Amino acid sequence: MTGERIRDGALEHLKREGRIVIVGASLAGLRAAETMRDKGFAGSLTLIGDEPHEPYDRPPLSKQVLLGNALADHTALPRRRAIDADWRLGVPATGLDMTARRVRLGNGDEVEYDRLLIATGVRARPWPNEEEGSLQGVFVLRTRDDGEGLQRALADNPRRVLVIGAGFTGSEIASACRERGLNVTVAERGGAPLVGALGGVIGEVAAEMHREHGVDLRTGVMVTALEGDPSGRVRAAHLSDGSTVEADVVVVSLGAQRNTEWLAGSGLGAGPRGIACDAGCRAFDIRGIVTDDIYVAGDVARSPHALFGYQFLSLEHWGNAVAQADTAAHNMLSESADRRPHLWVPAFWSSQFGVNIKSVGVPPMGTEILITQGSLAERRFAAVYGYQGRVIAAVTFDNCRWLPFYEHQIESTAPFPPPFATVDRRPEGNKPLPADFPDPSVPTHGPTITLSGYSPADRKMTFTPGR
Amino acid sequence: MRLVVDLNRCQGYAQCAFLAPDVFAMHGDESLLYNPEAPAEQREDVVRAVAACPVGAILLELTDEDMAGMVSQDTVAGAGAASASGGAR
Repeated sequence: MTGERIRDGALEHLKREGRIVIVGASLAGLRAAETMRDKGFAGSLTLIGDEPHEPYDRPPLSKQVLLGNALADHTALPRRRAIDADWRLGVPATGLDMTARRVRLGNGDEVEYDRLLIATGVRARPWPNEEEGSLQGVFVLRTRDDGEGLQRALADNPRRVLVIGAGFTGSEIASACRERGLNVTVAERGGAPLVGALGGVIGEVAAEMHREHGVDLRTGVMVTALEGDPSGRVRAAHLSDGSTVEADVVVVSLGAQRNTEWLAGSGLGAGPRGIACDAGCRAFDIRGIVTDDIYVAGDVARSPHALFGYQFLSLEHWGNAVAQADTAAHNMLSESADRRPHLWVPAFWSSQFGVNIKSVGVPPMGTEILITQGSLAERRFAAVYGYQGRVIAAVTFDNCRWLPFYEHQIESTAPFPPPFATVDRRPEGNKPLPADFPDPSVPTHGPTITLSGYSPADRKMTFTPGR
Repeated sequence: MRLVVDLNRCQGYAQCAFLAPDVFAMHGDESLLYNPEAPAEQREDVVRAVAACPVGAILLELTDEDMAGMVSQDTVAGAGAASASGGAR
């Protein structure tokens, strides 16, 4: 035997004149397309997106745009290279025929593929009562159009803004409102902001930040109803503790829903938790068999991760979309032995109340937390999360230059608590504390990482809206 | 010109805010806010900021409009880091 691999020429043919279709024209879809062209894909490339805009960056929408420092329609993503694609924008994909290898579009068109990449992402979870949700002055924030509308509403100097849900997006919106000098109430069902993503110890710090900056933070409450005036404008919200908040702008910030409905009945392993794929981004069908021609990347994907017990992870992270798109694109154009696993260590950032919050790893897996550097009270610290005696995640507040170190600790499954002292260790960092995550069976609006077990066909998930 | 900063990579060194203060600004000690679509007259400053970022976190795409005012023997340090086809990484 020589070491040479037997090739049947199919891959070369695909690269030369194959048809690749990408459903989802946002960050993941764009970066995947660029990687494909980089790798010499010379066939036809079609990008399908339900929004009418070319790919744009979403993180600025809850920060610069709300502060008025950037315009919502000026956040188009820079291109790394030309991609010579057939853009089908403003039309959603509505169906998939896996046997005929065809994607159906909302306008009745059908697009055939040899390889399909699904990067349809997530959308904002709407207010559960449709009539209340359609009142004027009620917003969600996910798209460029959402950002533009909310920015305009804030510029009108509303008497009070109510933010429902204190995950990262809700907290950033509240922060921007305060910076604009607007009165803002935040209603959060959990015990503190960010608890789903970072646990109760850090949540308490976040709660203090809200209050110090003049946010009227109400925790442990649900909004039970929104009330409109006769002209159809929102006027007030009723809370589960019996109180009423008068507000002319309400932002529903209850997390995201995965855009998988269009795949119902297709036979693909897609559901409310996303689309299950293997570590190489190949989608599973509902029988748990991995497909050869359908790949997944970005927020809509859920894939097993070797560093985190091979649990399926769904990551609503900017960096994940970029990294997974790159891996998917590589694998779509590679022989099986050349494929790479998507082993990106989860990482995200948030900017709120003037503090830079960054994290690596999977905090919700943590059972304990240790403040290794700095102090919670000073809002400048690093903390690590422990799980079964190893470091599983870390978070920093205004201390991000330490994060690469902790990332390496996670990658090398370093012991928890760390067996060494660290610079700037305070008395509060002498002993691990319970990380205090809410019961995972009680869904929250914004964990940003969802651990979804070991089965590719797992469809169990119910979200109980806040009422 | 279009730009995006990989804020996972960004470590708040503030070189960009120093070199192109009309496009990049620190918000608090460590957070960076920037204008994702800066006007063409900021080109020189932004190209410098891209080149000077210690962690190479800024991706810049110059458009035809940005290139229109460009003199042939451009003296901008690190201009090679950005190009009309985009891509500084």
